[in-house]
Amino acid sequence: MEHYLSLAVKAIFVENMALAFFLGMCSFLAVSKKVSTAIGLGAAVVFVLTLTVPLNNLIYRYLLREGGLSWIDPSWAQYDLSFLGFLCYIGTIAALVQIVEMALDRFVPALYHALGIFLPLIAVNCAILGASLFMVERDYTLAESVVYGFGSGMGWALAIVALASIRERMHYSNVPPALRGLGITFIVTGLMAIGFMAFAGVQL
Amino acid sequence: MRHSVTYTFLFAGAVCVICAVLVSTSAVSLADRQRANALQYKRKNVLIAAGLIGSTEKVTAEEINKRFENVLPVAIDLETGETVEDFDTASYDQQKAKTDPEMSREAPPNLSVIKRLPKYAVVYQLINEQDQVEMLVLPIEGYGLWSTLYGFLALRADTKTIAGLTYYQHLETPGLGGEVDNPRWKALWPGRVAFDEAGRPVIEVIKGPAGPVDEDPHRVDGLSGATLTSRGVTRMLRFWLGEHGFGPYLAKFRESRGAS
Amino acid sequence: MASPANKTLLDPLVDNNPITMQVLGICSALAVTTKLETSAVMCVALLFVLTLSNVSVSLIRDHIPSSIRIIVQLTIIASLVIVADQFLKAFLFDISKQLSVFVGLIITNCIIMGRAEAFAMQNGPGRSAADGIGNGLGYSAVLLIVGAFRELFGAGKLLGYTILPLVTEGGWYNPNGIMVSSAGAFFLIGFLIWGLRSWKTDQIEEGV
Repeated sequence: MEHYLSLAVKAIFVENMALAFFLGMCSFLAVSKKVSTAIGLGAAVVFVLTLTVPLNNLIYRYLLREGGLSWIDPSWAQYDLSFLGFLCYIGTIAALVQIVEMALDRFVPALYHALGIFLPLIAVNCAILGASLFMVERDYTLAESVVYGFGSGMGWALAIVALASIRERMHYSNVPPALRGLGITFIVTGLMAIGFMAFAGVQL
Repeated sequence: MRHSVTYTFLFAGAVCVICAVLVSTSAVSLADRQRANALQYKRKNVLIAAGLIGSTEKVTAEEINKRFENVLPVAIDLETGETVEDFDTASYDQQKAKTDPEMSREAPPNLSVIKRLPKYAVVYQLINEQDQVEMLVLPIEGYGLWSTLYGFLALRADTKTIAGLTYYQHLETPGLGGEVDNPRWKALWPGRVAFDEAGRPVIEVIKGPAGPVDEDPHRVDGLSGATLTSRGVTRMLRFWLGEHGFGPYLAKFRESRGAS
Repeated sequence: MASPANKTLLDPLVDNNPITMQVLGICSALAVTTKLETSAVMCVALLFVLTLSNVSVSLIRDHIPSSIRIIVQLTIIASLVIVADQFLKAFLFDISKQLSVFVGLIITNCIIMGRAEAFAMQNGPGRSAADGIGNGLGYSAVLLIVGAFRELFGAGKLLGYTILPLVTEGGWYNPNGIMVSSAGAFFLIGFLIWGLRSWKTDQIEEGV
């Protein structure tokens, strides 16, 4: 149990997808103008990550890696399809985002409309693919993948909501014209990143 | 443009086939080159650990192969330390073996976050002109701060004195933990003694500077600002030099030496 | 070349730079710019994939069913990236080791998807190629500047050659730790934007 808790804390704080690994930056910077939209995108990212990381874990274990196909036929264990990794992972992510979009539209239309454009934008969020790639590199089990997916999503959501709160406050600051908007956002994010360095090396 | 469902499926199928062919062709046709590159890379790092190539020296593939002629890869059973005959050492991938349940076992609890141990390991013996083993190069790995560090530890033939330490793969912070690659830090290792009188691995990367080799044989300077990476190095060295790592092999090696 | 094509090629360098204006391709701009060498390799890889992807998507733009549009684009992009990665592993092994995870992240590099959607789907192959090259160059400009600063002030080197001798190697320069971390890259890009928008005042954001 502590192992999973430690993994979750690591994924949320120590190895924060946005502020330690700097993944998913494009939507992070572009969508953080208002807190309400940031929360919407954050929630969507958590959802997609919690589903795609375990799903890709299964694909890697039982389809792609060397020896993975042995459940179909023992002689197939020689095949190593891991070079198809990128294609498969991005395929699951895009497909899942599409399915989630359709499901939300059907069953929870209010949420679907609230999220709007953010749902398809998630398909190209590098944090999503990055999480799957890290999972493969670290060879997580299925349970660890679920925890890791959820944790990294929560971390990213935490970061974007924090940035949005700061940006809303900055409306009342006297930012030099050429720095307004994107420029000061970069610098603020840099400062937030330095703040998160405090978590480096924390082990539960 | 409205397309029929059939068209959509056919289009999707066509895209899949074309992309798959493109990707597979490049993967398969370049596979040999990549394997050769990976082998070269491994050999280069074994030679760097043994001190036969400078860490920043640029060498061609032919040079690497030439200098590698004095190196003998030996496959061993990690648990017993026995040498294994008829083993394809060139293509053996220790990291891959760890994921194969037939070729690995669960690691005993350790501080280096090593989850699985391979059944076999390939160590490298440096043979000199008198046909004697001059050095042993052992593959080691362990967790630092951000990542697992993979490297080689070179021991002199007495199996107690360190000849060199080099890491070939890691994702530690550049400038901090990444300083494990700094030639000046690596130069501090040759001559240090890994074990104490009782044969326990006591080598340690300390905080702050250690003395010179003859006065402070069991300790090495720490990396400033990289406490956790330094600790990771200490832990992994002690693990692999201990009973769960290459301890049994080193003992067997000393035996065979003593007998001859 | 006709004037519009020139515009397509040159716009993304300053006026519509993918990083400083379109807010695309940020992740890689932070991750690989610790050294100038890896930045340069990333730039070349991205230029290759972006141009080819733009051309490919443009060639089949009238035939792609809209329901699978995004996945088809992603599949083409992913395949091109895998091929690029295979070539790196075969011919530039040492560098491919450093780029590791990040080569894969070219697939989700929003520039490629962004330009495929915004330009290649509506324009012919020739202009799409120009757009790809233009955006690739704009991206490269920012990456090379950031990479140069980070390696120089973070490690005292440029392309591996010592410019400012480090204290740990017997010199006088104490490397700037912030430059080594990605936070430094954020600051650098922020200052770059500041400078750029002070020069080109029409890029200044109003009402923020």
